[in-house]
Amino acid sequence: MAKTIEEINAKIRSGKAVVLTAEEIIDVVREKGVEQTARDVDVVTTGTFSPMCSSGAFFNIKQPKAKMKIGGGFATLNGVAAYAGLAAADIYLGATALPDGDPRNSNGRPGKFRYGGAHVIEDLVSGKKVTLKAVGHGTDCYPLREREQLIGFDDMNDAFLFNPRNCYQNYNVAVNLSDKPIYTYMGKLKSNLGNANYCSAGQLSPLLNDPYYRTIGIGTRVFFCGAQGYVAWQGTQHNPAAKRLENGTPETPAGTVALIGDLKQMSLKWLKAVSFTGYGVTLSVAVGVPIPIIDEEMVRYVSVADDALKAPVVEYSTFYPTGEGEGRLCDVTYAQLKSGSITVKGKTVPTGSFSSYAKAREVAGHLKDLICKGDFLLTRAQAPLPGAIPDFS
Amino acid sequence: MKQMKKVLNFLENTVEEPVIYHLIADYGVRVNILRASIDAGKNGRMFVELAGEDSQVSRGPNYLERIGVQVEPLAQEIQHLTDRCTGCTSCVPHCPTQALDVDRESWQVSFNPEKCIVCLSCLEVCIYKAMTLKDSSV
Repeated sequence: MAKTIEEINAKIRSGKAVVLTAEEIIDVVREKGVEQTARDVDVVTTGTFSPMCSSGAFFNIKQPKAKMKIGGGFATLNGVAAYAGLAAADIYLGATALPDGDPRNSNGRPGKFRYGGAHVIEDLVSGKKVTLKAVGHGTDCYPLREREQLIGFDDMNDAFLFNPRNCYQNYNVAVNLSDKPIYTYMGKLKSNLGNANYCSAGQLSPLLNDPYYRTIGIGTRVFFCGAQGYVAWQGTQHNPAAKRLENGTPETPAGTVALIGDLKQMSLKWLKAVSFTGYGVTLSVAVGVPIPIIDEEMVRYVSVADDALKAPVVEYSTFYPTGEGEGRLCDVTYAQLKSGSITVKGKTVPTGSFSSYAKAREVAGHLKDLICKGDFLLTRAQAPLPGAIPDFS
Repeated sequence: MKQMKKVLNFLENTVEEPVIYHLIADYGVRVNILRASIDAGKNGRMFVELAGEDSQVSRGPNYLERIGVQVEPLAQEIQHLTDRCTGCTSCVPHCPTQALDVDRESWQVSFNPEKCIVCLSCLEVCIYKAMTLKDSSV
């Protein structure tokens, strides 16, 4: 029995849609079976909340009376450089950008990285104003050459988050085989397999619930840091060719999506600046993707639980940085990772996560509430992601 | 046997005194120094665990107060800012005493100050700055 997105939306509008989170559906399918669940359930919500480095925001800054062309010049926000190679008033601020020579970031090694692009974004979302400094070359139409001004959202025509790569479909578990601690984008890794860090919501993670991108595609509406955003494109490094388990999920990092959404509608509950000691600054974002239960095949995908999802344990002291030596030490399930320890090379290694499962649950639950209230309708993808086995029935 | 964790605040003049010697030799207190920052001519701080019979561990701190060493409970030194914590769990394997722990049903991270030895590992690894030190002088 197949359902269309339009039929599901009609049920959402009339308040009759049956919506479950990707966690709740697991037991329902175990109890009722795939066929019955496909008939009963209309939407399954997924969620994730995690640092996602490839993030940043476009701003269009309102012109003063005498206008200025920032394009081709230089701009900083609270001392953090933004990209100014666009039109007169557009700039892009990357989450990982750092201010030059800032004592908050250069107080010894490992650096603390207390302030960067993500913190500027967080300040703006919290309602604060930030200092814009801009230098341009001046033209007949844009005479102003320098500008220094406190600006907030009210001083911007547009502010939108545009993240080139979010929602990694699976990720490495990072460990350190060397005899020294290392500081990485996967956190501090203690020497001699002292800890293992992972970063995925597992059974709640959006792309792990639609492993072949049958419903998630370009144009899919998503919950994005408190706003309604969209999948703009496949994310950078999108790799649908990764080897798959029998249940369709990839064994290694695979698909990604580029996301876009109105920053002015986002909230600090769902967006947070983070500082990785010894590595840098980035942004944690909340993403929730609704999966329409169009047929039984989708039920099978969304009901895959943590014990059937695997991630590779990868060495980060030598192999990841240089490509030399032992790389993929073993594979473990998300159920093992979430139990608090895994076994690597015969040693019990305690695990920690950067992806917050507590927040992922909150995101999926919140998206479920929005859909049940009729405040969030599903969209039909406008084009498939590369490598998709789509169903646009 | 009684055990307690304390913060000892030394003023410049008491830094010169063999305070720990007196605690051990005169009061029979077992002293375990968890962390210390002591320099001649400067105010200093020491985080200690004191153990012994009831009378010993109460008379010991009395002696300290008498000679001008301020004694505070250690529990309040590290704070877990629950409004900043996202429950990600990245701190948990770095805590040597399991003062930071996670409930694997609710996925809420909890902090037990009684178990904390102020090693500051959590401050280094928490990306949300959800762990703070009241006074960063040590």
